[in-house]
Amino acid sequence: MEVNEQIAIDHGLKSDEYKKICQLLKRIPNITELGIFSAMWNEHCSYKSSRLHLKKLPTKGKKVIQGPGENAGVIDIEDGDAIVFKIESHNHPSFIEPYQGAATGVGGIMRDVFTMGARPIANLNSIHFGSPQHKKTKNLLRGVVHGIGGYGNCMGVPTIAGQTSFDSSYNGNILVNAMTLGLVKKNKIFYSKAAGLNKPVIYVGSKTGRDGIHGASMASASFDEKIEEKKPTVQVGDPFTEKLLLEACLELMSGDSIIAIQDMGAAGLTSSSIEMASKGNLGIEIDLNKVPCRETKMTPYEIMLSESQERMLIVLENGKEEIAKKIFDKWNLDFAVIGKTTNSKNIELFFNREQVAKIPVNILVENSPMYDRKWKKSKLPKKNKIKNEVLNKLKIKDVLKKVLSNQNICSKEWIWQQYDHTVMGDTIQKPGGDSGVVRIHGTNKAVAASVDSSAVYCWAHPLTGGKQVVAESWRNLISVGATPIAITNCLNFGSPEKEESMGEFVECVQGIGEASKYLNFPVVSGNVSFYNQTKEVGIKPTPSIGGVGLIKDYAKMISMDLKEIDNLVLIIGKTEGHIDQSLFARTILDEKNGPPPEVNLFNEKNNGETILNLIDKGYVKSAHDISLGGLLVAISKMCIKGNKGIKISKSKNLINEIEYFFAEDQGRYLIEVNKDDLKEVTKILNKNSVHHEELGIITQNDMIINEKTKVTIDELKSYYTNWLLKFMS
Amino acid sequence: MKSSVITFPGSNCDRDMDVALKKFGFNNKMVWHDDNELPKSDLVVLPGGFSYGDYLRCGSMASKSKIMQSVINFAKSGGLVMGICNGFQILVETGLVPGVLLRNKYLEFICKNVFVKLDNKENTYFKNLNKDVLEFHIAHNEGNYFCTKDQLKEIKDNNQIAIYYCNSEGKIEDQYNPNGSIKNIAGIFNKEKNVLGMMPHPERMIDQSLSGEDGSIFFKNLINNIK
Repeated sequence: MEVNEQIAIDHGLKSDEYKKICQLLKRIPNITELGIFSAMWNEHCSYKSSRLHLKKLPTKGKKVIQGPGENAGVIDIEDGDAIVFKIESHNHPSFIEPYQGAATGVGGIMRDVFTMGARPIANLNSIHFGSPQHKKTKNLLRGVVHGIGGYGNCMGVPTIAGQTSFDSSYNGNILVNAMTLGLVKKNKIFYSKAAGLNKPVIYVGSKTGRDGIHGASMASASFDEKIEEKKPTVQVGDPFTEKLLLEACLELMSGDSIIAIQDMGAAGLTSSSIEMASKGNLGIEIDLNKVPCRETKMTPYEIMLSESQERMLIVLENGKEEIAKKIFDKWNLDFAVIGKTTNSKNIELFFNREQVAKIPVNILVENSPMYDRKWKKSKLPKKNKIKNEVLNKLKIKDVLKKVLSNQNICSKEWIWQQYDHTVMGDTIQKPGGDSGVVRIHGTNKAVAASVDSSAVYCWAHPLTGGKQVVAESWRNLISVGATPIAITNCLNFGSPEKEESMGEFVECVQGIGEASKYLNFPVVSGNVSFYNQTKEVGIKPTPSIGGVGLIKDYAKMISMDLKEIDNLVLIIGKTEGHIDQSLFARTILDEKNGPPPEVNLFNEKNNGETILNLIDKGYVKSAHDISLGGLLVAISKMCIKGNKGIKISKSKNLINEIEYFFAEDQGRYLIEVNKDDLKEVTKILNKNSVHHEELGIITQNDMIINEKTKVTIDELKSYYTNWLLKFMS
Repeated sequence: MKSSVITFPGSNCDRDMDVALKKFGFNNKMVWHDDNELPKSDLVVLPGGFSYGDYLRCGSMASKSKIMQSVINFAKSGGLVMGICNGFQILVETGLVPGVLLRNKYLEFICKNVFVKLDNKENTYFKNLNKDVLEFHIAHNEGNYFCTKDQLKEIKDNNQIAIYYCNSEGKIEDQYNPNGSIKNIAGIFNKEKNVLGMMPHPERMIDQSLSGEDGSIFFKNLINNIK
């Protein structure tokens, strides 16, 4: 087939980009080469719209071993141990085919982690669906949950935490973000940089089929009514093969045979081979006849662009082929020497003894397009004036019932009960808490991880929203007694070609950068997902932040369930009564405008560090951060989990009772302390200038508010647990 | 005391079982599915997981593994063989224990704590246990035990029912049945009571930081009974 501009455009390339390709090659590419360019230069692989802005994120720190640019980020957790982690989106495929889309998302992120030599020890996910009333929502939710469970459960990696939200902006574009943490010895980390000439390039794992061709290009485009036709671009997952691949790779990695290793994820054999060559400043030669194929008569084009799952590309030391082959044979996996490294600095492909592609690697990588897209700055919306008469008409109990049973607050147990969260025998904090926690096997250490997003705040004011998500991730780690170390981010946005969406991206990234810099909470990995829009309607900007922290002695881990009657609950951080963009304002008052709560990074850091200090001294019996829904929702969850009541007396605050209980001011926590420790705790809080007040005293049963409102624990439980069960039954 | 844990391709609770057995004093060996012979063992465990991906009927491929012939011979000669979760499914497929395991009633994977009531303590697994109700953990998609009327009568007559799903007080009722199992059955023996298959995972409950500690009670008692 003769390549021309129209064919290039059909491959998702822009007219200018096609011209650039011809210019760089000094000729017209053939169809295989065009396919390679389209795979490398699409948004998903090249980050062409985002690179400029991502550069501004803080990525370094004392604990950072590897920042962005590798398969995943790596942090130091002392004693020679390191955690490898990353979050990634699989939004487009999950909307087209929820089970396989979500399953292969989980498979892909685990592969990114074990490619670096780390055994996956925990999975997390952040999933977002359209309005519950939308006809597709229920099936999409069910399919995604089954897919995540189907893959993670089979792999035997516990799913320890997650987040689920519903918002009509996801009606035509659901989000599925999957995150994995892996454990590795610091001196046994594997990278994707090839080195040395004439080293064998080997292919291991599943055979290559025609599934997923153009998957990455599909993820770089908006949806239209022809979306069903894209089903064949969704990959099909095989977690059993991945489990074998995991064990085989780790077995091979225990020796010294591997020079470089890269999983075949988006854009399959194309991006994996080119990345290894590019990082090593080498060329690579591949004989496509040697690639194990699942289907007959596959063309070079199809082999290079297939996104069949569970495959790896490895550059081996010379003479290690037999050792490697023996391991992969044992695990019944395909193994083939398909090429070698060269000094040509070209990627050269052969098929039936003929050269079918020859492209200088640097053209594909360094010369890939980068755009400084136009973007629109957002103004901070004006505050709403909510009249006291409106608030005074409301009954606390009615409001609490509605808020606690809201789809974005209620218990997600129906979801996480379908994920194996206890396999590997080290899960010490299950889903449903502030963070999931797993022990580092055989030690006193544990790592905590949480995944968060606040699309509503980001939509109302991207800069503030970006900061808030990082701050919330930080608080969720603090609340379980973990010292926050680093984050990974999954940036889900609409089309970068629209100024509004691009503006949301730029300013969210700015907010994330500011907060992570201030909190010394650097970004070590992540991914960008643009074009989350159907026709012209984009999603609310949804950066998901996955935070990881260390608990040095897991005996000191904190959970949110109230522990003991007669203990006191303190509110840490000031309650100003910020109602705009709160769940209360949006659902009870039906008020969708106004600014999100302000994020004061000094207070976030100071409050968080002081709580860690109190936890270390053993004063904190339970803790929970105050976020979506506000104070009363936070204490309700603590009551439900601890099966205890509380007697609340609102402090002599000037703000309205409703504002006090449902405001979403940031930087706040609830902590439980023993009465006898109150003096010492207060002393420490005062010394650090941390704002605090007493919320109430823990009782046997019932939540009693200001001596007039009584809510039983059973009532709280039914508000909290019923919605999702009913929705899914 | 010597134990062996069989690793099939796709097993994923083999390490957890190894950790648990060693913690309570077993000298445990991991045995590869493709081996011909079992090492000398006082107990053989078929662990949980998704052997061969469970792409056919759960456990059916694994039941034909090379090592299984030795395991079956070992069981038939009176050796202790315990199958947990996928291991139970494999046992059912070998015919060492009667019945089948269907998909959970609500067609969903379930991971949670459950209570089980011991029905029969006249065996090496539960003899001398000072509790009748244990809190265990389940994590499975196909744990819905089923057998024919005749089989049910037979296993009842032979006291082959090992544990039932129940509440914390030991009440065996439909509402405490997580997966639709016939008569709330969570685990069964062979006729001779040396082979035990059960869905719950005692190895996930072996210290107070985990979901519970009743697994410790079970393993401590088991090793004492074998000694």
